[in-house]
Amino acid sequence: MMTTAQRKERIDRPIKAVTDDIFCVSSFREISYLIFPRVIPIIGLVLISIFVPLYWKKVMIITFMMAIMALSWDFLASCGLVSLGHALFFALGAYSSGALNHYFGFPVYLSIPLGTLSGAFLSTICLYPALRLRGIYFSMVTLITPLMLLRVVEATKIMGGTEGITALSPLPALPYTTTLAMLALWVAFFGLRRFINSDYGLIFNALKDNDRAVEASGLNIVWFKVQAVFIGSGIAAFCGAFMAHYYMSVGMSAFALDLSVFPIASSIVGGVGTLAGPLLGTLILSPLSEALRAFGTFRIVIYAALLGTFIAVLPEGLFHYLARKYHQIERWVEVSVGISGD
Amino acid sequence: MAYLEIKNLTKRFGGVVAVADVSFNVEQGTLVGIIGPNGSGKTTVVNLISGFLRPDSGHIIFKNKNITRLRASRITNLGIGRTFQMVKPFYRLPAFRNVVVPLFSPRVKHMGGHYGEKDSIALDILEDIGFERDSAVPYKEASILPHGYLKRLEMARVIALQSELIIFDELYSGLTLAEVASISPLIEKFIEQGKTVIMIEHRLKELFKIAHKVIVLDQGKKIAEGNPKNIMKEPEVRKAYLGVELQKC
Repeated sequence: MMTTAQRKERIDRPIKAVTDDIFCVSSFREISYLIFPRVIPIIGLVLISIFVPLYWKKVMIITFMMAIMALSWDFLASCGLVSLGHALFFALGAYSSGALNHYFGFPVYLSIPLGTLSGAFLSTICLYPALRLRGIYFSMVTLITPLMLLRVVEATKIMGGTEGITALSPLPALPYTTTLAMLALWVAFFGLRRFINSDYGLIFNALKDNDRAVEASGLNIVWFKVQAVFIGSGIAAFCGAFMAHYYMSVGMSAFALDLSVFPIASSIVGGVGTLAGPLLGTLILSPLSEALRAFGTFRIVIYAALLGTFIAVLPEGLFHYLARKYHQIERWVEVSVGISGD
Repeated sequence: MAYLEIKNLTKRFGGVVAVADVSFNVEQGTLVGIIGPNGSGKTTVVNLISGFLRPDSGHIIFKNKNITRLRASRITNLGIGRTFQMVKPFYRLPAFRNVVVPLFSPRVKHMGGHYGEKDSIALDILEDIGFERDSAVPYKEASILPHGYLKRLEMARVIALQSELIIFDELYSGLTLAEVASISPLIEKFIEQGKTVIMIEHRLKELFKIAHKVIVLDQGKKIAEGNPKNIMKEPEVRKAYLGVELQKC
């Protein structure tokens, strides 16, 4: 005798093939299951950036730039290079672009890309001695270098000293700037994701897992760390160059500690090593810190408490948690049950 | 000139002399075993040859080229491949992607082994050493593979690198007898292909079956060198392994 019954089944089970990133898709329903979480954030951000009021459009620009900083931090972290001083990359990019624009008269569309490259180059040179060592030295050097350069700028009065370089060429009108910032974010996000998942990016993943085995594979780890730092710092330097022109000035605040802490905080809230995690973390933390501005200095307390809660409750990060929950969504399916008997 | 020549190699860690004035030669196409009690400096010798440590004094000559102070990656590219006693896979990567990494080395590029899709080259290499292509094993993350497979993954790296001198650092440790029996033919195959193998081993029985020459280290010093059939009869070796014989009174 045959009857039908219902049982629950996970939607992702029949879709997933042997590995996590290969899928066998056989219906539009399954395609939409896969595409939905990937497309919604893009559409959502586009809509938000179009329809929010002017003040929040400005917040969006800062948020996008901070998201790029967090992506850069996460990229370096997934190469095993934990940076405690992303402000260094930001400031070198900002000052390079500012100096090119102010002292040499480069227009914006040249000073930002050239400033990005020069920032990446200078950052790599600053950190090169630490790259030759294994262990935590990289973190220590990134922590101390921005603090040192800050005092150098203050004491020697180069690059405008405490007043900074002002009257830089402005970026285009606000809607364009928001769009530019968002485009930059997507280029950085998809570019990094494509890079880290490519065969060549594999070496950078391997660097974190086991640098000795990379060396035993005949690859010079110092050279690959140099490449990683150049890419990572270049991305952060772009944010610096962009923000310098957005504020039309660059000063000692480019070395500020929050610029180093924020990428770390958003990566931890979102989930380290996923790229999407830091993005998600920034999209939560950056508007939140803006919304809490009404509390004055007290917002630091709320901010810190929230951060502490996240770390204690969700140490894996929000993105990992949401991804797991999404994969666990079940549906009812009909199954036929055969009962043997007389 | 010997194929690999170790001359008066010395390495100190603080006050400890890990390797003291060790010299030996390895001829091309032979399998040389290095044995000795725990702490006798075997792994340090491997680290010195492969460039992961720099010696305090002495020379390492490989194919008439002094490689004593070269970077580990340079030495690897000259053709010396090694495995690690403590397996060092890339834990977050699938097993076959572990083998893709060495395919980027200058050596493999130079030897023309990088043509074709890297993933399928890696799967071919893994299939030869016991990862069934059609099973799920090569696609699993290295962190969840059993120890025996991780040891094979170490071997896969030196195969991918097409190394001509291969140093196995305690390849058999932690493996079952069945696993050892399945790996031994692979090593004999290296010798048949004309490659040279140095094996650090604690499992003497399995080693003596395939070795041409055995070098015995004790407390950093070389105490004996010779044929595996006679080496355990040497009094120095017996002393190192079994302790001093009691004087009968």
